Amino acid sequence: MTSFILRAATGYLMPLLLLLSVFMLLRGHNEPGGGFIGGLLAAAAFAFHALAWGPRATLELLRADPRTIIAAGLAAALLAGVVAAAAGEPFLTAHWLPIALPGVGKVGTPLLFDVGVYLVVVGTTTLILLTLGED
Amino acid sequence: MLSAMIAGLLVAAVLAPLAERRLGLWAAPVLAALPAAFAAVVLLNFPRGGGVALTEVRPWVTDLGAELAFALDGLAAVLALLVAGIGALILIYAGGYMAGKATRGRLLAYLLAFLAAMLGLVLADNVVTLFVFWEATSVVSFLLIGFDHHKGESRAAAVQALLVTGAGGLAMLAGLILAGQAASDLGLAGTEAWRISAWATVDLRQHPHYFPTLLLILAGAATKSAQWPFHFWLPGAMAAPTPVSALLHSATMVKAGVFLLARLSPHLGGTPEWGWLVTSAGVVTMLVGAGMALGQRDLKRILAYTTVSVLGTLTMLLGVGTELAVKSAVVLLVAHALYKAALFLVAGNVDHGTGTRDITALGGLARHLPWTFTAAVLAALSMAGAPPMFGFVGKELLYTSKLDLEALGAKLVIAAVIANIALVAAAGMVAVKPFLFRRREPPHPPHEAPASMLLGPLLLGLAGLFVGLVPATFDRTLGPAMAAAILGREVEMKLKLWHGLSVEALTVLVLSTVTVAGGVGLFLVLRRRMATARRLLEHASRVGPTRAFNASLAALPKAADRLSRLVQTPSLGRSLSVIIAATLSVAAPSLILLGRPSLPAGLTEVQLHEVALAVLILAGAAMAVVFPKRLAAVVALGLSGIGIALLFALFSAPDLAMTQIMVESLTVILLALLFAHLPPSPERSSRAERLGHALLAGAAGVVMALFVLVVVPGSFPPSTSEYFLAESFSAAHGRNVVNVILVDFRALDTLGEITVVALAGLGVWALLRLKLGNDRGGEP
Repeated sequence: MTSFILRAATGYLMPLLLLLSVFMLLRGHNEPGGGFIGGLLAAAAFAFHALAWGPRATLELLRADPRTIIAAGLAAALLAGVVAAAAGEPFLTAHWLPIALPGVGKVGTPLLFDVGVYLVVVGTTTLILLTLGED
Repeated sequence: MLSAMIAGLLVAAVLAPLAERRLGLWAAPVLAALPAAFAAVVLLNFPRGGGVALTEVRPWVTDLGAELAFALDGLAAVLALLVAGIGALILIYAGGYMAGKATRGRLLAYLLAFLAAMLGLVLADNVVTLFVFWEATSVVSFLLIGFDHHKGESRAAAVQALLVTGAGGLAMLAGLILAGQAASDLGLAGTEAWRISAWATVDLRQHPHYFPTLLLILAGAATKSAQWPFHFWLPGAMAAPTPVSALLHSATMVKAGVFLLARLSPHLGGTPEWGWLVTSAGVVTMLVGAGMALGQRDLKRILAYTTVSVLGTLTMLLGVGTELAVKSAVVLLVAHALYKAALFLVAGNVDHGTGTRDITALGGLARHLPWTFTAAVLAALSMAGAPPMFGFVGKELLYTSKLDLEALGAKLVIAAVIANIALVAAAGMVAVKPFLFRRREPPHPPHEAPASMLLGPLLLGLAGLFVGLVPATFDRTLGPAMAAAILGREVEMKLKLWHGLSVEALTVLVLSTVTVAGGVGLFLVLRRRMATARRLLEHASRVGPTRAFNASLAALPKAADRLSRLVQTPSLGRSLSVIIAATLSVAAPSLILLGRPSLPAGLTEVQLHEVALAVLILAGAAMAVVFPKRLAAVVALGLSGIGIALLFALFSAPDLAMTQIMVESLTVILLALLFAHLPPSPERSSRAERLGHALLAGAAGVVMALFVLVVVPGSFPPSTSEYFLAESFSAAHGRNVVNVILVDFRALDTLGEITVVALAGLGVWALLRLKLGNDRGGEP
């Protein structure tokens, strides 16, 4: 089943949704948002794409296997926790860079942790979605 | 110093496979230099009398009383010498034994890792240090028993050994913790309470928890040292390569339980409970092991059962606990380590030279394996307790120590004589039967072992002879130091081959003669009646603990399977019902305990749009129930979900609202995709079933609603939210408190959650793949 309307809409919606998801991720620390919501948004974008073009095309678009994305997310979250060990502090103690990046704000291990959450959510949802979508 | 040497062994273990590839045949002797150096260091720092020569304490988790604490006292020093010395010889032996095999590097690595663990264990002075190294020896033993992991028999034996010793290890941990807490109750502060040597200043026997502590620690010692009824893993462990059996399962690791008893006897011993429990376990094991040894055909299994018997004797002696008994245990432990390791290596040489270890297929090998035979005779004489070997001195002392006792003495002496007669016969089966008598045709023509495989058995055999001839080398040095550490006071030791002409000395001499003569006679009978002995034994082992162990091991998955079938039926609806019913059965009673539900204050003004939202949510739920088509029901549920999301948004929880909306949309998409895989029209459940579901769902809804009404009004301490609101920006640089909690304050929870999410995703993926693969005809 091919829906041209959906395919055309995806072309506009996907970039917007993905951009919004990153925006949500970055602003999460101060405004409503965060890795979880951002990840779900991105997953929704990929779901759109899969509905319009089929899961195989989405997998090609993703380039990485969703399982690799999950692993990367867990690794990022873990890394965010381990940083503190270098300073001899308890696991997951937050560390911040002294200067704020323009547009992003303060950068530190909680942001890295949130990126990990984001990746795990994206990876898991697309993994289930694409596996279900296979025929 | 001590910890650095242990770490050095571990590093060597890691590097061993590389060294093996680079140095080939020379890797084993080079690596053997490490334990040899360890032995040399121990010798140079040998503790005098009852003292401690070296101590080392490194902080670890000091709050929990865990330190890396080591102390080199007499007991630790003698055992460390045995472990490192025999270890070095066996590394050299293993190099020859595994010549030309691809797995040689791995064996050397495991052996070195074992040496590190075992040396850590005997030197440990902190209960946590002790436990960690104790478990490490169990794990390495598991790896070594299962070394030939392509054989099912090896894997089963490895699992059996790990389960038995692992369970005992856990019991021991509980016992050690109880002991540490008792020490703390009795006035030791901080990490002192967890240091074994510090327990000398308090009397743990006075503590009310003494008896459970004792039982738990004995469980650990009994499993590790293969005491009846836990002895059965040790003969199974013979699946390991022979050098491993010689090192772990005769000379060192199986002594760990005896070592533990010896280590703790100054602190826990000397009570009637200790005496009865330890002595009786030892006597039974001594007799069972000796009896079982006689019905075996495999050289290694004969040796394994005699090891069980000797371990029983050692336990019995420590249970008796008199000065003479302890000295006797010290002598027997060292003598046994020397001769038993030698005999195992002899068995390895026979296996290596002929291709079999079955004694019925062996005979007349003395001509072909002269050096192995020499080593076998030396070791077997010591095992049989014949003069002038070390074993003879040990047995004389053993009998003397028993005669010394008033009440039990005679019975224990009789038991010990019976067991030793069997050991003499077993020594004949191992060291005489294969080498003398009529020649048989083994699988391949017999040939002598290379020098690397003769060094160990010959040196160990000669050591037994040497100490027997010059007992001063032992009774002035190692012996009294070790006995002093076990007894907790200075002792003198005097070993001799000839005890003079007193009544007692003559009695002992007569007993010794009876033992050797009886053993030789038994051997001569047994040699012709092997089959009868085996049949008798098979009948006896029908009702053994092995059977109980195997039965319970087989029953466990069956019971789990039955429980899973009960709880997780193939029908999703029924599984959900089980989950909901279980939740309700826990929640409903606690609802009564929590108090009355009450409406929160300020609920009087209900706005029109709020009513509209409530109607939307209810309507969605109702439609989901009524709609016959799956997709329609899912969309209706989505409606409910959107309504709830709007509620969140209305009551200033934007993060929740956004998440809810995203989850709702994605759920609909996922379910829609899922339905493509399901049969087109769902079967309607019966009226009765639907009624049951409705009742369950209604009950769940009512209970949850009541719960909210009970919990919400004013039961949260206001300080929680105030704390987060106040700290969020100043401490965590974020104004969105929800997110700051997720990624900073409670990040560990989140880490756990995303791990669960990831695992659930992988689980779904695996299940779907399995299902889809089956549809395609089995392709994964």
